[in-house]
Amino acid sequence: MIVSFRLNGEDTSFRVTHPASLLDVLRDELGAAGSKNACEQGECGSCSVLLDGQLVCSCLVMACDVEGSEVVTVEGIAGEELHPVQKAMNEAGAVQCGFCTPGFVVAAAELFQRNPTPSRGEIEEALAGNICRCTGYGAIIRAFEGLAGREAP
Amino acid sequence: MTARTHRETRVVGGIGESPIRPDGVPKLRGEFQYAQDLYAEGMLWGSTVRSPHARARIRSIDIAPALAIGGVHAVLTQDDVPGRRLFGLEHPDQPVLADGEVRYWGEPVAIVAAEDRETARRAAEAVTVEYEELEPLTDPEAADAADEVFRRMRIRRGDPQARGSVVVEGYYEVGMQDQAPLGTEAGLAVPDGSGGVDLYATSQFVHVDHQQVVASLGLRSDQVRAHPVGIGGAFGAREDVNLHIHLCLLALYTGRPVKMVYHRDESFTGHVHRHPARMWYRHEVDADGRLVRVEAKILLDGGAYASTTGAVLANACYFSVGPYRCDSVSVDGIGTRTNNPPCGAMRGFGAVQVCFAHESQMDRLAAELGMDPLELRRRNALESGDRMPTTGQRIETPLPTREVIDSLEAMPLLGPDVGERLPGGSGLTTEPVHVRRGIGYALSIKNLGFSEGFDDYAQARVLLGPEGVIVETAAIEVGQGLVNVLAQIARSTLGVSRAAVRHVDTSRIDSAGSTSASRQTQLSGGATHEAARRLRERILSHYGGDDLDDEGVWRGDTLVAPMPEVVAADWQETVTFRHPPTEPPDENGQGTLHADFAVAGHRAVVDVDPELGLLRVLRVDTAQDVGRALNPESVRGQIEGGIMQGVGLAVMEELVIDQGRFRNPTFTDYLLPTILDAPEVEAILIEQDGSWGPFGAKGVGEPPTISSTPAVVAAIRNATGRELSRVPVRPQDIALSETVS
Repeated sequence: MIVSFRLNGEDTSFRVTHPASLLDVLRDELGAAGSKNACEQGECGSCSVLLDGQLVCSCLVMACDVEGSEVVTVEGIAGEELHPVQKAMNEAGAVQCGFCTPGFVVAAAELFQRNPTPSRGEIEEALAGNICRCTGYGAIIRAFEGLAGREAP
Repeated sequence: MTARTHRETRVVGGIGESPIRPDGVPKLRGEFQYAQDLYAEGMLWGSTVRSPHARARIRSIDIAPALAIGGVHAVLTQDDVPGRRLFGLEHPDQPVLADGEVRYWGEPVAIVAAEDRETARRAAEAVTVEYEELEPLTDPEAADAADEVFRRMRIRRGDPQARGSVVVEGYYEVGMQDQAPLGTEAGLAVPDGSGGVDLYATSQFVHVDHQQVVASLGLRSDQVRAHPVGIGGAFGAREDVNLHIHLCLLALYTGRPVKMVYHRDESFTGHVHRHPARMWYRHEVDADGRLVRVEAKILLDGGAYASTTGAVLANACYFSVGPYRCDSVSVDGIGTRTNNPPCGAMRGFGAVQVCFAHESQMDRLAAELGMDPLELRRRNALESGDRMPTTGQRIETPLPTREVIDSLEAMPLLGPDVGERLPGGSGLTTEPVHVRRGIGYALSIKNLGFSEGFDDYAQARVLLGPEGVIVETAAIEVGQGLVNVLAQIARSTLGVSRAAVRHVDTSRIDSAGSTSASRQTQLSGGATHEAARRLRERILSHYGGDDLDDEGVWRGDTLVAPMPEVVAADWQETVTFRHPPTEPPDENGQGTLHADFAVAGHRAVVDVDPELGLLRVLRVDTAQDVGRALNPESVRGQIEGGIMQGVGLAVMEELVIDQGRFRNPTFTDYLLPTILDAPEVEAILIEQDGSWGPFGAKGVGEPPTISSTPAVVAAIRNATGRELSRVPVRPQDIALSETVS
């Protein structure tokens, strides 16, 4: 079975040979290794992508189900310039080991797209599905509080 | 020769600044390459057959069904290990592949390589192992009684008859914590076509991986090259070998590159954990609150194989009193061998467990004395020039314990107000009227660098050429920001702004030592600093100059050699840096065992709903002894991240073991703090000159994790009156246990 979809704005297809998640196909077959596999059960958010605009864990999406869909991964968030959420994280020191970073970028891009001035509570709610083991979240919160136009506490 | 006015130019991005880290943009774009992302043409996938029993004899292994699967290229067992069949960080005692008996649940028995990941997984399942189950030894106290131990520690110092007027006895437990780095174990081994192999795998210490691979493959040292690669966190979990030897065996056997990535559940059994602890304490103080005698018995369960249990146990004993003066100390430590999963290094390395106990004891003493808990600590504060209460070592470097206490006391107690961030979330689970707020304090002390006579060194090479300044190192960047701080040290020392770090493999540079024990800023930073200093001297001497900056070499106001001319030559210096020597302990645990120390203190503010057992850690403020903050933002990153792991141990993180098996080895069931659990953090960095690190820097990675746990528990006790002698504190411990006095 051939599955066709749009990946970061480009028409893409792949052959399904065995039950695989969207994450596995992205990483192993389509050369889009930016989405990370850290838990493979939808708990850590490291594999977050936008599926037809919806924020999902790509490890929980069956690859064959993306037929005809639009998928945006971390590789599709920035253009030449960094996306504002990436710029904010970069400047706030919100990146350490970086393994959770793609997931935070995708989740935050989705948040700021629908709500350019989220409250602290809205930021936390939107990112509650992303685990970071390095930063203790302080710098991540400061990055997005700043982007929302407020000085971080 | 150009004549112009020589401005005193300052380098950009030197020490004391927080330049944006060079790997930030690739990580944010998803372009940074981690071990999980490696790919080689024609590569195979590896998979591991693991023991389903905590202890069993292997009657037979039938690999034929696996080999019969199309696309399977190799199934290897211990008979295929050409060299030493054992490995281990301190003592080689762990079989590369099971040696006839499996001693823990998840122990590797066989490895396979196949055309793709799915085939490799199916092949591993197809290997038929016949086991004869044996009774596992899982109770560490029973192991102690049976003398199944890796190490016993004995510390005796001062007059054993010293007696105080107030006595507090306590028993404490710490559950098994997992490092849970987001990147699981992963790697790629590539045969070089002439019998050797290149290894690219998750690591904190490539040179020690290299040694162990060489020994087990029976190769010459120069036939194996271990390469630093991108790694998704470590926290101690990447010090021990796990898939490294397996990958190299498969690659050499098949003649193909082989890749392996552990799944999360496999990762939980595939690396060592923080030792669970049982601790018995007796403190005696005089009427003024001065410690007169401390007695402790500390039992850490090492699990099935040694790993670093000996060193973790010793550290637990050495720091069992905390940063306090006491001249009469008796400590007995036991590191047991059981059939539980092996334990080893995790951030804090033994100091974490005992800190929970000694700080709980200090609070109980303060309560008995009717004294403010910080005042009790101040009266006993250990300082530079004092002797360590346990080892008797005189402390030669700065130890600002008193400043830590004073800073914590002086920090304003900021919000949030009760009700603003409710336990149980923003729903209606807890009502503000039921919330009780508690405040708790704790202090900690830990060594920096390796101890007990270990020849602890780091090599770095500093080059100046057309690319600018390059610092070559095999020191692992685990996320802490080493790629930034080494470049900063080189910039400030040489006077040249354009600098970067380049990781090189084990064949191209000597060891940098482990990225652990809070040591790389001091050790690899020390090597970088000295190499850059020598290089600057050589360049100045060569051109007869008196200053070097971004424009070139100056003599007074004259530019005697512009930078393009300077970099045309091949400038490099390689330095191996050692910290002050240490020695092994004598039979009473005495001696100059440690190279440096750091103290930290934490103040936690917690809101608790005692009826529901729910809580919210609102604030963890801290004062930390950092020597000198070379990159303040990275220091803050270490502090906030370390505190979060300390909070995790205090209130949620535990690998639960039942008859040697994990009951919760997934991210669904092993709870990790999320952004909703993050406390506010105010941090005071206490800078004092005098440490031997570059520019007086001390290591900063571990202290934040150590005393944050007992500070949070002290705050919960303060709110609820519960005794809480075990971490992590569970809701039922708050809701259902008796209130003490």
